[in-house]
Amino acid sequence: MKETLLSENWRRFRANKLALAGSLVVLLLFIVSLAAPVLAPHDPEAINVKLILSQPSPEHPFGTDQLGRDVLSRMIYGSQISLKVGFVAVGIATLIGIVLGALAGFYRGWVDIVIMRFVDVMLCFPSFFLILAVIAFLEPSIWNIMAVIGLTGWMGVARLVRAEFLSLREREFVLAARAAGAGDMRIIFLHILRNAWAPVVVSATLGVAGAILTESALSFLGIGVQPPTPSWGNILTEGKDNLQIAWWLSLYPGLAILVSVLGFNLLGEGIQAALNPKLRN
Amino acid sequence: MWVYLLKRLLAMIPLLIGITLISFLVIQLAPGSPVDLQTEMNPKASPEARARLEKLYGLDKPLHVQYFLWLSRMLRLDFGRSFSTDARPVADKILERLPITILINVLSLALILAAAVPIGIVSAVRPNSLFDKSTTVFVFIGFATPTFWLALLCMMFFGVHLGWLPISGISSYNADQMGDLAWLWDRTRHLILPVLISAFGGLAGFSRYMRFNMLEVIGQDYITTARAKGLSEMRVILKHALRNALMPVITILGLSVPGLIGGSVIFESIFAIPGMGQLFYQSVMARDYPVIMGALVIGAVLTLVGNLLADVSYALVDPRIRAGR
Amino acid sequence: MNIRNRIARTALLALMILIFTSCSQKEESSESSVQDPTSQETSLRETAKSMDEPVYGDALVEGSIGDASNLIPMLSSDSSSHAITGLVYNGLVKYDKDINLVGDLAEKWNISEDGTVIDFHLREGVKWHDGAPFTAEDALFTYKVMIDPQTPTAYGDDFLQVRNAELIDPYIMRVTYKRPFAPALASWGMGVVPKHLLEGKDIIQSPLARNPVGTGPYKFERWITGREIVLRANPDYFEGRPYISESKTRIIPDSATMFLELDAGGIDLMGLTPIQYTRQTISEDWKRRFNKYSYLASAYTYLGYNLLDSKFKDKRVRQAISYAVNKQEIIDGVLLGLGEPASGPFKPGTWPYNPNIKPYEYNPERAKELLREAGWEDTDGDGLLDKDGEPFRFTILTNQGNESRQKTGIIIQYSLKAIGIEVQVRTIEWAAFLKEFVDKKKFEAVILGWTIPPDPDLFDVWHSSKSRPGELNFISYRNEEVDRLIEKSRYTFDREVRKECLYKIQEILAEDQPYAFLYVPQALVAVSSRIRGIEPAPLGISYNRIEWYVPANEQKYKIAY
Repeated sequence: MKETLLSENWRRFRANKLALAGSLVVLLLFIVSLAAPVLAPHDPEAINVKLILSQPSPEHPFGTDQLGRDVLSRMIYGSQISLKVGFVAVGIATLIGIVLGALAGFYRGWVDIVIMRFVDVMLCFPSFFLILAVIAFLEPSIWNIMAVIGLTGWMGVARLVRAEFLSLREREFVLAARAAGAGDMRIIFLHILRNAWAPVVVSATLGVAGAILTESALSFLGIGVQPPTPSWGNILTEGKDNLQIAWWLSLYPGLAILVSVLGFNLLGEGIQAALNPKLRN
Repeated sequence: MWVYLLKRLLAMIPLLIGITLISFLVIQLAPGSPVDLQTEMNPKASPEARARLEKLYGLDKPLHVQYFLWLSRMLRLDFGRSFSTDARPVADKILERLPITILINVLSLALILAAAVPIGIVSAVRPNSLFDKSTTVFVFIGFATPTFWLALLCMMFFGVHLGWLPISGISSYNADQMGDLAWLWDRTRHLILPVLISAFGGLAGFSRYMRFNMLEVIGQDYITTARAKGLSEMRVILKHALRNALMPVITILGLSVPGLIGGSVIFESIFAIPGMGQLFYQSVMARDYPVIMGALVIGAVLTLVGNLLADVSYALVDPRIRAGR
Repeated sequence: MNIRNRIARTALLALMILIFTSCSQKEESSESSVQDPTSQETSLRETAKSMDEPVYGDALVEGSIGDASNLIPMLSSDSSSHAITGLVYNGLVKYDKDINLVGDLAEKWNISEDGTVIDFHLREGVKWHDGAPFTAEDALFTYKVMIDPQTPTAYGDDFLQVRNAELIDPYIMRVTYKRPFAPALASWGMGVVPKHLLEGKDIIQSPLARNPVGTGPYKFERWITGREIVLRANPDYFEGRPYISESKTRIIPDSATMFLELDAGGIDLMGLTPIQYTRQTISEDWKRRFNKYSYLASAYTYLGYNLLDSKFKDKRVRQAISYAVNKQEIIDGVLLGLGEPASGPFKPGTWPYNPNIKPYEYNPERAKELLREAGWEDTDGDGLLDKDGEPFRFTILTNQGNESRQKTGIIIQYSLKAIGIEVQVRTIEWAAFLKEFVDKKKFEAVILGWTIPPDPDLFDVWHSSKSRPGELNFISYRNEEVDRLIEKSRYTFDREVRKECLYKIQEILAEDQPYAFLYVPQALVAVSSRIRGIEPAPLGISYNRIEWYVPANEQKYKIAY
């Protein structure tokens, strides 16, 4: 029985234990963030000045923070932020990257040159510098963070898509579609992108991991998600200030970031490995 | 080869222009002005005082004029004066901090290379072995670890708990009273944690890339040929495979410079290292426009320099380019 | 074994060597703050004797979050710069430990009958750090600098009240004011700068910004940007050479790191956060190595309302919020109990403070009552109070980077939720906060703080004439009685008259509640226990810095001079 490409890839993916682990983590993350109101044992905003910075206990498994709020509940709600920022930022980046990459790869000529120069310029900036500067100038709201991470993270996707376009452009199915009278837009979206999606998905998955890291770094520096909204990064800021007496504030959010990012990375790598068997053995 | 390099240099000029344009545009997003910080909620600072300060800083001229003024000065390497109350030339402020940032980044890159290359080689030569699998896991974890978290944990553990390493600054307070060798050792001890933390994330990416490249190369026909010729495995790997696998890695080196510089913002603040990253962060918080623009531009220029170096080393290593093809 | 294994092993070995040489050996660090125990034990006898004997020597290392920016006193407004200029320069007057004005470079002064003329009699025999003699010319020159429009200073306004300043003697300066001006004397606490080094030169470009030359107890030694500023004791200081030979400020931008440095002995003095004070500095070991000091700070934090906003026009609403907010909970939550509730703009324990005014106590029922009177009730059962169909919602703005204010905002948010008011807390970067929101009066409420200057002049913050955009009465408070009283207390030197006016002002403010006065925090300082001579007083602990010393056998740093 002949296997379709998809099920062949899926089989390879399933066999890759690390990739499976990654996808489990991602799934778990989704469940936690969606079920937050149900899962969280306490109101993440409930202040209790008698329990400031208290150790993990049955009542508060991850301890409490500087205002006596339950850390576990805050972290559960924090997962919503991480996922939101991750996906929207990457969504923006991917969209921009696909559009620009497609235009560059398809039309070539001066369009290509201009766009690629733009990519090169953007790649020259230490992106964190750029993000810091822009966010610190604007107000550090979640939307601004997502937008800025997205606006500084599209270059890789653009290059990828362009490369795919350059190679696929001359293939038979494109020539055939043209012969059938298909317009440019149709060719771009219906035909080429359908075949070029694979590296984009991998890039996007890895991009989510990066976005989560960036958001937590920004929140840690105090210009990301603002209190009282909980984010793993800004819980870590409290952890930093209380390193010696409240290890739980530093340990758990950091671990959460680590595991989440790891999950997305493994997932992305797994997809890539499944699609590209050369890498495996 | 020289033609190649010259072409690369010329290609950088439009990049430089693009960099300055984007930097300037970015700064314009800022709503607050540096004057406000000076007259900072001081019950004794009046709006007259503020108006005087504003005029002093030339903030009343139109936008494109400001840009061209700035650009023309920059080409003369005059970045203007800092808006903060010390009013020092921006170039001075950045230049005095640049060496330490560059030092840490260079050491970091060196460490990454020195560690990632062997790991990559061994992982490629023995794929799926225990070594490969465990380093893969280790490397992935490294990739996923937030550097600031790691920095704090290390500081706590190595600095306070065990007392092995100093936790801030780049030298001890009595450094100037030390003999040369002691001074060197003191410096080294202070730099160990920052360099390690800085290298940690990059290590992951690099060793993966090295492994990938090695695998690609090993799979190539000429390797099979070399083996068939009877060359020892060590020779095959080190002399033939490595050389070819190394080339793309060196190019990637240039591309990681912006990441390193950007990352320096975080750990320079945590370790109190007086480098460019810390200056940038403080200037951003203080709306010190000239310093921000200067640092953004210099950061980007450094990346260009890094790329140029990568190009140069690529040219040296790749005989095709050397031959002028 | 085959080649592959050999390569693998070699590589692995190389890697291991690489990794392990990066780790350092534990070694005797010269930074250790643990004194050699034997010398302490054997000199116990001598310790008892030498404990009370101030000796010269040693260094005091302080930690600072920010680097100084400009070491010319009038050109900077940040505390890091002022910490240094305070040691390098003198003003004509200064405050003693009980917050009374006494002479610094001025030995004495006479105020004329009508209060408009002050004659400062300046000390003779004082030298600048470069050896040149100090005279009244320097004081006059400093005045000219302050009123010069080319000088980018934030402190010029008080000096603009001067009608004329002249020298009637090489050591006597006569200052004539347009009218009697109570804050006049205090304004002369501004550091006096050397005429012979600054006259005729552009003060902005002056090298004195990085290399200050003053008359003060410490001379400038060096400043390594972003790292440290070092000062040396001035052997010719007119009050006597300070005992501690060197004063070093290390710049550590992160509070947690600074604390670790304090613990490791890298710095000797730092301001502690409430959490550090109550939780991290309580071990026996800690108590042996450090002394902690706490005293009421000269500052207060408040919730200010935009009085042009219709919601806050009714004073019952403002009073209600003051009842609904539990100040003690804020003090417990933000300051871990280390502070006092505030009832007005003055510091408890000082002469202008009216002790008869009680801070609003926590009474949510009374709050709801007042709100109902003002027309706010939950008519639609959604848990929020509303009036004319509008739910009671507002945003509190505060500046980024100040954790206490943020936490205060969050606690207030939570308290007001309980009585049906929905509050959002937003933190905004400082410069933007001022320019876009405060100055333009685009806010509903803010949480901010004021430092309480020793001279109780309320003009800039509370007078109705000071509510133009960019000025400090940004809440647009207007009360004619208060205006009158402020002016009366400003233009007289009679303390009793001033006190009467100020007491009345506080009564009115308590009734009006243009701010909800929240708390006065305590300043918390930790100093290495080897430093002796510290005596906490109303002004704090630093006033007698030059008298601090370290006994001979406990000195840590060998300073050659």
